[in-house]
Amino acid sequence: MNQAVRTATEAGLPVDETVAAPRSHLRIAIRRFTQHRVAMLGLVILAIMILASIFAPLLAPYGVNQQDLFAQLQPPSAHHLLGTDDLGQDVLTRLLYGGRISLSIGIIAALISMVIGVVVGALAGYFGGILDNVLMRFVDLLLAFPAIFLLLIIFSIVPGSVIGVIAFLGAFGWLYLARIIRGEFLSIRETEFVAAARAIGSGGFRIIARHMLPNVIAPIIVTTTLNVAYNMIAEATLDFLGFGVPPSVPTWGNMLTGVEDYYMTVPLLAVFPGVTLTIAILAINFVGDGLRDALDPRSTR
Amino acid sequence: MGTYIIRRLLGLIPLLLGISFVSFLFMQLMPGGPTALLARNSHLTQQQLLAIRHNLGLDQPWYVQYWKWLLALIHGNLGTSYIQYRPVVNVIAERVPNTFQLVVAALALAFVIALIAGILSAVWQYSIFDHTVNAVSFFGLAMPVFWFGLMLQLLFAVQLGWLPPADIGSAGLGDYLRHLALPAFTLAFGTVAGWSRYVRSSMLEVIHQDYIRTARSKGIRKAAVVLRHALKNALIPFVTVVMLDTPLYLTGAVVTETIFDWPGMGRLFFDSLSSRDYPVLMGLLIFGAVIIVLFQVLADITYAFLDPRIRYS
Repeated sequence: MNQAVRTATEAGLPVDETVAAPRSHLRIAIRRFTQHRVAMLGLVILAIMILASIFAPLLAPYGVNQQDLFAQLQPPSAHHLLGTDDLGQDVLTRLLYGGRISLSIGIIAALISMVIGVVVGALAGYFGGILDNVLMRFVDLLLAFPAIFLLLIIFSIVPGSVIGVIAFLGAFGWLYLARIIRGEFLSIRETEFVAAARAIGSGGFRIIARHMLPNVIAPIIVTTTLNVAYNMIAEATLDFLGFGVPPSVPTWGNMLTGVEDYYMTVPLLAVFPGVTLTIAILAINFVGDGLRDALDPRSTR
Repeated sequence: MGTYIIRRLLGLIPLLLGISFVSFLFMQLMPGGPTALLARNSHLTQQQLLAIRHNLGLDQPWYVQYWKWLLALIHGNLGTSYIQYRPVVNVIAERVPNTFQLVVAALALAFVIALIAGILSAVWQYSIFDHTVNAVSFFGLAMPVFWFGLMLQLLFAVQLGWLPPADIGSAGLGDYLRHLALPAFTLAFGTVAGWSRYVRSSMLEVIHQDYIRTARSKGIRKAAVVLRHALKNALIPFVTVVMLDTPLYLTGAVVTETIFDWPGMGRLFFDSLSSRDYPVLMGLLIFGAVIIVLFQVLADITYAFLDPRIRYS
C-alpha cells in the first residue's frame, strides 16, 4: 500500500479504488490509448494500410509492373478503379505495392534512428564529461547542416536505392531523440534509485538498461512514431526531386514524379498518391498524439 | 548579455569549420568530378585536360585543396565557378534576392495567418472555429509540401487559370505578385499549422492568469485585454519558435523553387549539382549553414531579450 493510501485509511477517509488498485503503467497507458478516439481511428487506418500492403499481391487487380499500352492515362472506370498512368499501369495496384516500400522505409528508418538516438543519448547523458561534450557537439554539427543539401549531395554520390534511402534517413533522424534522452538521463542520473543501484554494485550498463531506460520509454516511442511520418514525407520528397528510390520502383513519391507532364490532361494521377500519403501521415500523427497522451504520467486523462 | 552574445558567436566558428570540412569531403566523394564532362570532349587532348585540372588545382590532394579553399574563405573569397568562370560570390549573390523575397513573403504570410488563427481559436476555445483550425492544422502537418504545391498549381493555375503556374514575374509589380502568390503560400503552409497551434496554446496559458482577470474586472474590453495584455506575453515563445523554424524555409525553398521554377538558390543548387560545380555547391552549403546557426543563436538571444526572467551568463 502506498503512502497516500495508508494515510487515507488511517484517517478513516474513503479510499479511491482506482488509486489503490495496483495497476501497471502499461495497463493504464493501454486504457488511456483505447479511450482516445482520434488515436484509435489513426491506428485502424494505419492497420488497414499495413495489411493492404502486406497482402498487395492478393488484393491488387493487376500485376505490379503489368502494362497495358492500349489503356494509358485512363480515367477511373470499372476495369481500373483509380485509372491508369502514362505506362498503362493500374494506379490502384501501384498504390497497394507502393505502400509496401513507402511504409517499410518509414518504419525501418525510424527504428534505426531509435537505436542510434537511444545509444548516443544514453551514453552522453549517463557518462557525461568529455564523451557527452564530443557527442553533443557532433549532434550540433549535424543539426546545423542544411539537411536537404546534404541529402541531395549524398544521393548524387550513391545512386538512389531503397536501402540507401533507409540508411540515410535512419542515420540522420536520431538527433532530436538523442538530445531528449540525454536531457532526461542527466536528471535521472541524480535520483536516489540510481544512487541505490550504484551502491549495491550495479555496473554502468546494467543501470542504464534496467533502471534508467524504462523511465524514458515514453519519449522514445512517441518520437519514433512521429519519425515514421517524417521519414515517409522525406522519402516522397526525395523521389519527387528525382533523387530517391529508382523511378521504376512503385512508391507513393515516385507515382507523383512522372505525372508532371500529364496532369494537364489527367489531374487525378497527381491526386491519388498524395491523398494516400497524406492519410497515412495523418493516421501516424494521430497515433503519435494518442501515445503521447497515454504515456505521459503527468496527464490526468 | 553582451558577453553571452559574443561567446555564442565565437562558438559558431568551430561549428562552421566542421560543416565546411564535412561538406568538402562529400564533394570529393562524388563520382565524375568537374572535369568528367570535359573528358568526353574529343577536341581536348589528354594534355589539355591535365592542364585544366592543374589550373583548377584538382591535381592536388583533397586536404591541400581544402586548406586553400579555407584560406581564400578567410579573405572573403569563395572561389570561381567551374562552369560560369565567375566568382562564386557573384553567382550566389544574384540568386539571393529571389530566394529572400520568396522566403520573406512566405514568413510574413505564415506569421499573420498563424497569429490570427491562433488568437481567435484561443479566445473562442472549443468553438466551431477552433475545431476547424485544429482539423486544418492536422492536414497541414500531414501534407507533404511538394504535393501541396503541386495541388495549388493544378487548381489555381491549370484548372482555374487564375494565377501563372511557374516562373518569376517580370512585367511590373502586379505580375510579380501574381507569380509570387502560389510559391509563397506553398512555403508558408508547412509551418502555419504548427504555429497556429502554438499561438493557441500559449495564449490559453496566459489567458487564465490572474493579471488577465484583474484587467477584465477593471472593466477593460475583452478585445483590448487580449490584444494588449495577453498577446504581449504569449508572443515571447512564439517569436522564438518562428526564429527556430526560419531555417526550415531555406529547405522548403529548395522544393518550392523546383515546383514553381523560381530562379533562386534552390534551383542554383540543382543546376550546380548536375554540373558538379564544387565551388558553387560549397558556397551554397556554407551560406545555408551560416543562416541556420545564426538563427539558432538569434532565437536564444530574442528569448532572453523578450523574457526578463531569463538570465544567460
